[in-house]
Amino acid sequence: MKTFSKGGVHPPEQKLTAGKKIITLDLPGEVALLLGQHIGAPAKPVVAKGDKVKRGDMIAEAGGFVSAPVHTPISGTVVKIDTVKNQQGLAVPAVFIKADAEDAAADAEARANLKPLRDDAAIAALKDNEIKDIIKNAGIVGLGGATFPTHVKLSPPPEFKAEVVIINAVECEPYITADHALMMEFPDEIIEGVRLLSRAVNVNRAIIGIEANKPDAIALLQEKLAGATDIEVCPLKVKYPQGGEKQLIEAVIGREVPSGALPIATGAVVQNVATAYAVHRAVRYGENLTERLATVTGPGVSAPGNFKIAIGTPLSALIAAAGGLPEDTAKVIGGGPMMGRTIDNIEAPAVKGTSALLIFGEDDSKRRPVENCIRCAKCVDACPMGLEPYLLSTLSRLKRWDDAETEKIVNCVECGSCSFICPASRPLLDYIRLGKTTVMAAIRSRKS
Amino acid sequence: MQKLFISLSPHVHTTNTVSRCMWNVVIALVPALLCALYFFGIGAAIVIATAVVGCVLTEYIITRYMLHQPAQLANGAAVLTGILLGFNLPSNLPVWIVLIGSVVAIGIGKMAFGGLGCNIFNPALVGRVFLLLSFPVQMTTWPKPLVNTMNYTDATTGATILSQIKQGLIEPEKVDLITNLLGQMGGSLGEVSAIALLIGFIYLLCTRVITWHIPVSIIAAAGIFSLCIGANPLVHIFSGGLLLGAIFMATDYVTSPMSHRGMLLYGAMIGIITIIIRQWGAYPEGMSFAILLMNGFTPLINRYFKPAKFGERSKK
Repeated sequence: MKTFSKGGVHPPEQKLTAGKKIITLDLPGEVALLLGQHIGAPAKPVVAKGDKVKRGDMIAEAGGFVSAPVHTPISGTVVKIDTVKNQQGLAVPAVFIKADAEDAAADAEARANLKPLRDDAAIAALKDNEIKDIIKNAGIVGLGGATFPTHVKLSPPPEFKAEVVIINAVECEPYITADHALMMEFPDEIIEGVRLLSRAVNVNRAIIGIEANKPDAIALLQEKLAGATDIEVCPLKVKYPQGGEKQLIEAVIGREVPSGALPIATGAVVQNVATAYAVHRAVRYGENLTERLATVTGPGVSAPGNFKIAIGTPLSALIAAAGGLPEDTAKVIGGGPMMGRTIDNIEAPAVKGTSALLIFGEDDSKRRPVENCIRCAKCVDACPMGLEPYLLSTLSRLKRWDDAETEKIVNCVECGSCSFICPASRPLLDYIRLGKTTVMAAIRSRKS
Repeated sequence: MQKLFISLSPHVHTTNTVSRCMWNVVIALVPALLCALYFFGIGAAIVIATAVVGCVLTEYIITRYMLHQPAQLANGAAVLTGILLGFNLPSNLPVWIVLIGSVVAIGIGKMAFGGLGCNIFNPALVGRVFLLLSFPVQMTTWPKPLVNTMNYTDATTGATILSQIKQGLIEPEKVDLITNLLGQMGGSLGEVSAIALLIGFIYLLCTRVITWHIPVSIIAAAGIFSLCIGANPLVHIFSGGLLLGAIFMATDYVTSPMSHRGMLLYGAMIGIITIIIRQWGAYPEGMSFAILLMNGFTPLINRYFKPAKFGERSKK
């Protein structure tokens, strides 16, 4: 079975919510929509206080090429454009929208009886640029968690030619099962989304990479794709960080993204499986990106599950849907346990990148005491980028930035495999992040 | 609600710890330990126990009273050094010499460099070589196995197979390899039974404490090189401390290289140097010196043998 060749670790999978049906949460009565919830320039508001908006309307336009518009998941009135505390507790600009009873009833009705905008013939007639425009205007970003605007990835620089679309259905982070649930319930919709993505970059070959711990999803998609020549399912050996873009490309087509180059240099365009589903919704139903799937889970959570949520819903509403915060909650993580960020403010609104909420009790939240490095080289074996984490972390600690640059600290993908595997519990990635940020800033200032 | 913890990823951690690594090596040494007790009896028990107690006490006294830090004895590193030192000694070595070896191993070999993880040379081998140079007579009289096992000091002694070959007493072709495999030969405590050591090797591989690179490259290099110079490779591999060194001493995390390619070079050089010393050197046995020499080269190896970086292959 295929996998990436260098390094990697296998943390306990803990897929507590595997096989759970998607639960659709009711639309919230009010939402706060962040203007910057994607990589790139923040969106610019196109509504003012007091404006009436309809579900799916654009409330902020893209602030540049690498940016994405923001749409409202509920009908209602713009209450204010103000700052809101985000998940890390920082004040960031947002548009606040509130629905009245009439709006809520109309939205619920429209959500239940979704009508297609385009039929098969209209979809078949779409040109590549038209598909890209629909994706761009729908505000679709990479839904694996990185939130990079999808239309940018579909528009490679002219010197590169896309050869294959790789669909990231790996879900290598422990605990998260949102993509798995999506594949089990909407296989046909995903396949249509994949074909649309392929057409957007003018290729006729797509590969869906799925880790072998989801045999039901692999079997289901293979069954649906029986006889198809344009899409294949590629089962992958379970290994973290297989969902990393560079690792996935190497695992599936065996090509390494050269250091410092764009992934498209290998001819591969990688898109998340949830992104493919969002593309299908945008093209067939004309639906802008206002909802997504998120897993809410954790060892002590009473009703963990996969939820369909409106973007802008307070995280506390998601947590309530999963049975509320357990008594001994000490850490809430947005995303998976390997790369997720801890959340300080659970009243913050969900964003396009909210793929999971992971709730840990006291025992799981504390780090072990740090011991001396015993030079066991397990971090070197684990690094998927072929770096030497023990060395990079020491160079950062000693502020030897030039040496850290020579040792390619900027190649680090921050997957956390080194810190995970270290028997001496050394905070390797903490130091490497510090060094990487410093070295990247130095490189930028040299260039300018 | 109480305050939430804020920390950087990753938020999960392996259950492996430094002490689990160390104790796993100790477990892997148990088959060889039992063989040593069987073949050398009471002497083996006294020498190994003394070495362990000496190493643990030395570490405790230095960390507690000289460095004024809490002693970390539970991680098993000092116990492991003690067992490995004991394994490298003859079973009739007087207790006071064993104690000197322990103090040198931990005090000079390890703590003087800064403690766990900071030493350049394998502490147990530092202790062993110090004793070999200081007490050459006591260190090279080897009690015969299975003879007088209930007697500590008055054991019947004899030369090891390698020193018999060195002195021309026996032909290398006449060596009975089965005896070697099982351990019915003279030698230091831990090196006598090849099978017991190989069981430990398999355990270390299965528990992923070590990778195959260093032991296999040492054994392969020693075998191929002795074949090239016309010696019997099997005699060299299965006698003396080669297996003990290859599996348990050269693989010491702290003093061996970090990259797989570096490990292969390090192992190959140890194998070749060992055979060179055995064949042309003054000592019948060369493993300790070979490992210590290559320990010294480890920082250089780490500098020049980097793992292949992702995405750098295709660039010029």
